[in-house]
Amino acid sequence: MIVIFLLIPLSIVTAAVFLMGFIWAVRSGQYEDTCTPSLRSLMDDNGSKQNEKANE
Amino acid sequence: MMNAAVINPELQAPAARASAVETFRYDNRIVRAFAIATVVWGLVGMSAGLLLAVELFFPGANLDWQFVTFGRLRPVHTNAVVFAFVGNGMFTGIYYSLQRLCKARMFSDKLSWLNFWGWNAIIVAAAITLPMGLTTSKEYAELEWPIKIAIGVVWVAFTINLLGTIVQRREKHIYVAIWFYIATALTVAILHIVNGLEVPVSLWKGYSIYAGVQDALVQWWYGHNAVAFFLTTPYLGLMYYYLPKAANRPIFSYRLSIIHFWALIFIYIWAGPHHLLYTALPDWAQSLGMVFSIMLVAPSWGGMLNGLLTLRGAWDKVRQDPVLKFMVGAVTAYGMATLEGPTLAIKTVNSLSHYTDWTIAHVHTAALGWNGLLTFSVLYWLFPRLYRTQLWSTRLANYHFWIALLGMTFYVIPMYISGITEGMMWKQFSEDGFLQYPNFLQTVQQIIPFYQLRAIGGSLYILGVWLMAYNLWRTARAGQFAPEEEVRAASYRSQAGAPQDAAFTHRWLESKPILLTGLALIAVLIGGLIEIIPMIVIKENVPTISSVRPYTGLELLGRDIYIREGCVGCHSQMIRPFRSETERYGEYSKAGEFVYDHPFLWGSKRTGPDLQRIGGKYPDAWHYNHLDDPRATSPVSIMPRYPWLFTQKLDTTSLPARISALRRVGVPYPAGYESKAPKELEQQAAKVVGNLAAGLIKAPPDREIIAVIAYLQRLGTDIKAAPPAAASPATGPRAIK
Repeated sequence: MIVIFLLIPLSIVTAAVFLMGFIWAVRSGQYEDTCTPSLRSLMDDNGSKQNEKANE
Repeated sequence: MMNAAVINPELQAPAARASAVETFRYDNRIVRAFAIATVVWGLVGMSAGLLLAVELFFPGANLDWQFVTFGRLRPVHTNAVVFAFVGNGMFTGIYYSLQRLCKARMFSDKLSWLNFWGWNAIIVAAAITLPMGLTTSKEYAELEWPIKIAIGVVWVAFTINLLGTIVQRREKHIYVAIWFYIATALTVAILHIVNGLEVPVSLWKGYSIYAGVQDALVQWWYGHNAVAFFLTTPYLGLMYYYLPKAANRPIFSYRLSIIHFWALIFIYIWAGPHHLLYTALPDWAQSLGMVFSIMLVAPSWGGMLNGLLTLRGAWDKVRQDPVLKFMVGAVTAYGMATLEGPTLAIKTVNSLSHYTDWTIAHVHTAALGWNGLLTFSVLYWLFPRLYRTQLWSTRLANYHFWIALLGMTFYVIPMYISGITEGMMWKQFSEDGFLQYPNFLQTVQQIIPFYQLRAIGGSLYILGVWLMAYNLWRTARAGQFAPEEEVRAASYRSQAGAPQDAAFTHRWLESKPILLTGLALIAVLIGGLIEIIPMIVIKENVPTISSVRPYTGLELLGRDIYIREGCVGCHSQMIRPFRSETERYGEYSKAGEFVYDHPFLWGSKRTGPDLQRIGGKYPDAWHYNHLDDPRATSPVSIMPRYPWLFTQKLDTTSLPARISALRRVGVPYPAGYESKAPKELEQQAAKVVGNLAAGLIKAPPDREIIAVIAYLQRLGTDIKAAPPAAASPATGPRAIK
């Protein structure tokens, strides 16, 4: 069971890395806008013409 | 990008900034390659599953051919659907959506193709080695160490490609799907490495560095998170990209999707021990796993509702569009499976459901429903776009949906009935306080009809995939493939707010020396842990039960054949502390009994009875006859025959290598035991042959069957033996009397 002393820190470190990612995301303004990203992902760059047929 | 990077756009005139438009191309070839592999491996993996399903009610279906017995084929099926079908499906979806979400081509074409060919070569290697019985026997981590290393290399290539593309993005915002992809890449790498640590014996055999309880805990920490971070997070990423795309409306709540992501990844990693409830794992670890598993309902359902509510006001589209139908099916299945999972993780429920077909029903709701249907929807959506045409037949795709749904129903419902039936029959006591069904075969006989129904369900599901393959092929033929898609987008640095952002990460870190030190410490700590922990782990394997001894040479070889044949796929070696189990199987299992088990063989399914206390229960001759033809000793048994164990010679040449490898992972074989073991092996084999002769069976002593019998007769007997005399050291295998 001593292996749990490997798994717990490892899980915590993993979580810490993600926490860093979260802090970075918040502080760099990733989440300031929670509206337009969902709309922008819908727009294909110039795909509107190329994918015309598929979208029909 | 390089040119623009040199000049600080802040210093330029606004006109110049606005003109910083770059032209680049999306790589569609790699997407197509993964998409085709997805369909092919899907058919292969599911067909293997169907054969397994048939073998369960028609045990002769392997035609007595050792390469396709249930035990050997099961890992082929699970690996093929998880890593080949869903794996390629995941890469298909990621390689298409990532480029578009980042407005950038994949970081490196070379890495993309290394990812594709490497991954598929690994799958081919798996399809060859697993039927040959080259397996670690750890679920979803069966591949032996050379292939494991290859997986690590390819996965790193994928991760670099993913992160590189994100760094080169032209879109400041990292869309939520990408976060799911990042979590997948990083976490799978860690899980794979920690669980895969082995000491090699030969090119195709290694022993897990962990033993018994520890191996079980690491395995299910991995196993559960393989479900979480291989089958769930990447597919949630795909859902967040493709569902809004297909519905042509934004996700219901982008804010909820962000909460979904962060909540999910912080909780998921702790839930693993729910696979080991009521086993010899310490109770507090079990409770921890249970609590976190129940907490998982919240983020999971948040995500499901977010997906379904995206379609509010668009349900008319669902009626016509097969892509949306498949997505609704997938997301609904996700919701069902993520409610059921936490339910099964409650100890009380688990005491009934564990080892039964209920688990099989649960995983297939998730695999056929969530992963399968979502993959199909993505493929149906992608092919017309890759080939600049319309789907060849919407009607056929709609048929596929209903056939798939029918197939799932015929699969899952019989498995629920069978699972609950098994669970209740195993636990049922008569009024006199005896087991109502003391013969395990009574419970097997009862569920055969459900196994047959399940095979019908599986066949229907596969029929649907064939329809899809044909439809996609016709679509491809009708259209014109666009290998490269030219796009124009504003460069990253020309966008407002970007420069600060680009320099942000490092500036922020540099301004925080304490934080930087902390991070460095964590990095060093990880390295140190990987170095130090195996040593501590080994040290702890000093038996707490003094009569527990390492396996003898013959038993060890027998155990490795048991592993090769995949016996663990149907037989557990873990008696839980319930009266119904101790009555049926004997004394409940104790952690101290497994300290020399590299790997652990607790199993997670009882298609046949538990074997923890099989040692000494029947005479050697019974095992001999049973393995030759299970129905000779147990009339309605669904176990396959093992005739090759009687013809194949036992390979004793590798015994010294096996013993020294095990000593390196902490099994206390005395020094020089390698040279003594072959002699001892012969003596023990002669003893088994003698026992068989007493049962009027004439058997040569050098066949594999002798080793298997020796192993089975040893199982679970150590705690009954008298502890060694105080004078003799508690090491070394028990002398053969």
